[in-house]
Amino acid sequence: MDLIWDGVREALRLIFSGNGYVYEVTFTSLLVSGSATLIALVIGLSIATFLAFRAPPGRTLALSAFNAGMALPPVAVGLLVSIMLWRTGPLGQLHLLYSRTAIVIAQAVIATPVVAALGTAALQGLNPNLRLQVLALGASRWQAALLLFREARLALLAAGMAGFGAAISEVGATIMVGGNIKGSTRTLTSAIVLEVGKGNFETAIAFSFILLAVILAIITAFTVLQQRRPPA
Amino acid sequence: MSDPILQLQNVVVERGRTRILDVPSLDVLPNEVLAVVGPNGAGKSTLLRVIGLLERPSRGTVLFGGRPVAGSPLPFRRRMAFVFQEPLLLDTTIEGNVRSGLSLRGVPANERTRRVDKWTARFGISGLRRRSARTLSGGEAQRTSLARALVLEPEVLLLDEPFSSLDEPTRESLIDDLDAVLTANRVATVFVTHDRTEALRLGDRIAVLMNGTVRQLGTAAEVFSSPTDSEVAAFVGVETIVPGSICEVSGGLASVAVGENRIEATTELQPGADVLVCLRPEDVTVSDLADATLMSARNRLRVTVTRVRPAGPYVRMELDAGFTLVAHITKQSLEELALSPGTNAVASFKATAVHLIPHRRG
Repeated sequence: MDLIWDGVREALRLIFSGNGYVYEVTFTSLLVSGSATLIALVIGLSIATFLAFRAPPGRTLALSAFNAGMALPPVAVGLLVSIMLWRTGPLGQLHLLYSRTAIVIAQAVIATPVVAALGTAALQGLNPNLRLQVLALGASRWQAALLLFREARLALLAAGMAGFGAAISEVGATIMVGGNIKGSTRTLTSAIVLEVGKGNFETAIAFSFILLAVILAIITAFTVLQQRRPPA
Repeated sequence: MSDPILQLQNVVVERGRTRILDVPSLDVLPNEVLAVVGPNGAGKSTLLRVIGLLERPSRGTVLFGGRPVAGSPLPFRRRMAFVFQEPLLLDTTIEGNVRSGLSLRGVPANERTRRVDKWTARFGISGLRRRSARTLSGGEAQRTSLARALVLEPEVLLLDEPFSSLDEPTRESLIDDLDAVLTANRVATVFVTHDRTEALRLGDRIAVLMNGTVRQLGTAAEVFSSPTDSEVAAFVGVETIVPGSICEVSGGLASVAVGENRIEATTELQPGADVLVCLRPEDVTVSDLADATLMSARNRLRVTVTRVRPAGPYVRMELDAGFTLVAHITKQSLEELALSPGTNAVASFKATAVHLIPHRRG
């Protein structure tokens, strides 16, 4: 128990002592996971819109794949992305391995199925005639998509939060494709793994608390946004 | 007759191997209300979605203003408005809902405000404008949905059973309001319903849709008094339906001018109202000229038998009374009275058997 309290104290000390390392690692985590979530939202919501409204043949099969993708093992994703990015791999000329971009790619691969699967469910939950009504009101395809996203915003924000959660809490792929390089690809999660490995449990616990606080702050902000009533 | 504003040509809709809709030709005229009636599953909603360019037919063409709709349907869709059975309101205020189509269509802000003011007042929802759509009753929500469509001032209005989920009093008052709007604005309207009273009330022409095909298309009198076949007859219920107008009312009893005849009917309507006079064939008694004075019925018309046709346990008879009157009598009566085409007789019915439906003069 003492260890945890020491960790909390250490966390507060690190945050308020203006320790550059902590801020830098936190910033890296937010930057790569935020970017990965944005990419996952763009790709995932496009897929969700297509699957929910176009009802292509093989939709059930595709949905099964994305649903299974929510349980995609991050380590396997990391391995796959690594192989792609190796100097001799198909994307080797891009020289992306052990960069922040590589982590963004790996986390986007992990978060996209989450957004796609939950996003499809969110849009399928709308009354199917609502889309026809919106089109009949004179909406173009883009206008219709935006209006329907707005109608499904509760469930879509949940999908976005789940995607962000999958990205920022992930560590296996992050280390594998990012290399855990201080000052570049070290994130909160990879820093925790490193500190535990070195036996610095207090620092590891401190980073864990910072990670939890960051997640809590961001998810709370989104939840407030989600639960906001329309103008009365 | 003016050119149709909307036309379907050789339209076929198929899902898998099932043919949902097969309409070789259908015209919607400017200023008319075309009521589409038919049983559930007849393809009414599919027909309306094809007309509204919300569903592409498997084959065939939709023409808008004489031009085939090719490429993006969006510009054509923006000249129409659609009201569904459910209100399908957006999760915002009433005003936001009524305004939504205008915003999507890029109507300038001051024009939007003017029209929203006008149409929320027209449908009696001005007082609810700031309310959230989630808090509305079924009737208020459907009023909002109608206002949201009519505020667009469309060239074609499409209504898919807009009243069928409402309770009776709400539905009556909403039909009254819509009737007033349609009478004042004369917008071309296609109105889908399974309720023949609604069809009679609002429709200038009636199309009977069964199993995806238009079995009959004509005025109310044509469709209801001379259905093309027994299936249509069974669905619409064979009725005498003739236009008339109320001359005077006293003590709840109206005298209605129908051509040369006067028909008495119980009513709550006012003198001067144009109506459709509806009469069920089983309420009409046919008798000999000699017997006729003994009847207590308020209405006695001299008629000539024009057509006699057995219909199951009874005989269906068409009588010429200056208009076509349909009566059902038993086979025994037919033999006793020795009625056949050309015979003169008297048709009688009670004032309480006559049903008057308010109707715009076409």
